Amino acid sequence: MPFYSEKVMEHFANPRNVGEIKDADGVGEIGNPVCGDMMTFYIKVKDNKIDDVKFKTFGCGAAIAVSSMVAEMAKGKTLDEAMKITNADVANELGGLPPNKMHCSNLGADALHRAIENYKSKSAGDNK
Amino acid sequence: MKRIYLDNQSNTALDQKVFEAMKPYFLESYGNPQSIYSLGGESKDALETARKQIAELVNANPSEIIFTSCATESNNLAIKGIADAYKDKGRHIIVSAIEHFSILNPVKRLEKEGFEVTYIPVDGKGNINEAELQKALRKDTILVSIQFANPEVGTIQNIKRLAALTKKSSEATFHTDAVSACGTIPVDVADLGVDALTFSASVMCGPKGAAALYLKKGVKITPQIEGGVQENSKRSGTENIPAIAGFGKACEIVKQELSESSTKLQKLRDKLISELPKRIDYIYLNGASQNENRLPGNVNFSVEFVEGEALFLLLDAKGIMAASGSACANKSLKLSHVLNAMNVDVAIGQGSILFTLSKYNTEEEIDYVLEEFPKIAQKLRDMSPLYSYFMQTGKRKEAGPGTDFDHEHDHCEIEE
Repeated sequence: MPFYSEKVMEHFANPRNVGEIKDADGVGEIGNPVCGDMMTFYIKVKDNKIDDVKFKTFGCGAAIAVSSMVAEMAKGKTLDEAMKITNADVANELGGLPPNKMHCSNLGADALHRAIENYKSKSAGDNK
Repeated sequence: MKRIYLDNQSNTALDQKVFEAMKPYFLESYGNPQSIYSLGGESKDALETARKQIAELVNANPSEIIFTSCATESNNLAIKGIADAYKDKGRHIIVSAIEHFSILNPVKRLEKEGFEVTYIPVDGKGNINEAELQKALRKDTILVSIQFANPEVGTIQNIKRLAALTKKSSEATFHTDAVSACGTIPVDVADLGVDALTFSASVMCGPKGAAALYLKKGVKITPQIEGGVQENSKRSGTENIPAIAGFGKACEIVKQELSESSTKLQKLRDKLISELPKRIDYIYLNGASQNENRLPGNVNFSVEFVEGEALFLLLDAKGIMAASGSACANKSLKLSHVLNAMNVDVAIGQGSILFTLSKYNTEEEIDYVLEEFPKIAQKLRDMSPLYSYFMQTGKRKEAGPGTDFDHEHDHCEIEE
């Protein structure tokens, strides 16, 4: 049996939405190179929806596949909907992850939430 | 797709001649070597022929070879068996920090049982610090175990000197785990002056299921598997004759081919070691340099800004099989203890990639790796936030913006 599901390998080998957004509305980062993974998410927000999302990830196959899947899941969702995406949802969408990868590499939703929080705190500041 | 196997430190392909030597002992000569009738005699002959071939490879007497099922068992027998046999003389054991887990975990258990263990550090290239060994040796030291060559970073220790030093300053029994050495470099127990030595068929183009512990005549050991009279009651259990016959043949072949295959391995290794840094920036060789004490088939680089598991998964997609010492590639989720002991920068060590060669690898295969690997490293760098940060600022990100040490605490520390 392969270590990773077909879907994980597919997203890992052909990740969607890799890159940076120069004038991003929100940026969220999680992880640490010392641990072996680190994710940066960039979002553009329009009408309270995630209009565009890009990421850069340093990490193992699972970390890259998770990032790609989160970006795909988040695109087009309202900010409230996107905040409800959990790491477990992402793992399910990927057809499961090996048990030892569940905690360490499955951080994409957290990184996305940080990007949304970053956007919210910035726009709250703008309104003052 | 073509398969290029470059993970020979974990296991080697079986030599066809070894397979032929094993075949008669599955369906025809299936007797128990302890049985006295003719069928048993055929197996007994195979057992003793193999013992002779195996002893010859390491210049031992056949009566000094104990067959086991794998190198892990040989190491467990050596550590636990020798510690128990000499525990009335002392309870101090010395090992190196870069031993295989089949040495480190048994000594951890002995620590719990009241033995004291000293771990000898290594330098940045994986060499044992001789002064530290000298300092650690005591009157009550009963066992010193130091790996002949490290399978991960390829560094070969000067076992002859370390054994002599041990003998001069203590009465300890000296064991060496020679799994990665046997098969690629000459190993001569008499010349080395060791008391016990572990080696295994599965990394010298022999089968899985057979390994040995050389135990010098007169050295005491307490059996760890007890039962019948097999292996002089030092290791009971019906002998795995097909695997042992294959192990014998594999040793005979190694003895014949060693100098030729070692030269070939070195040539291929040196091509990878000298060419990869020309094609990929910011990569660092782990272990001894190729002109020093490095195993002929070992190549280990850290590729900065990327992670090792991602590297070998993409290599696998191109038909190339390799390994990594990164935390993600380890079931323990920690950077390899060997890279750690060598003080390799933890963030950079995450990008470690290990190629280990065998006599079956060709120059065409190495050229294919040289062509594909730089593209794979670049593909991962193009999606790495560490790389883009470095390219934009010229700074390493280890303590840069966004670094989240609380989070590190959460997920680096799970399950010991």
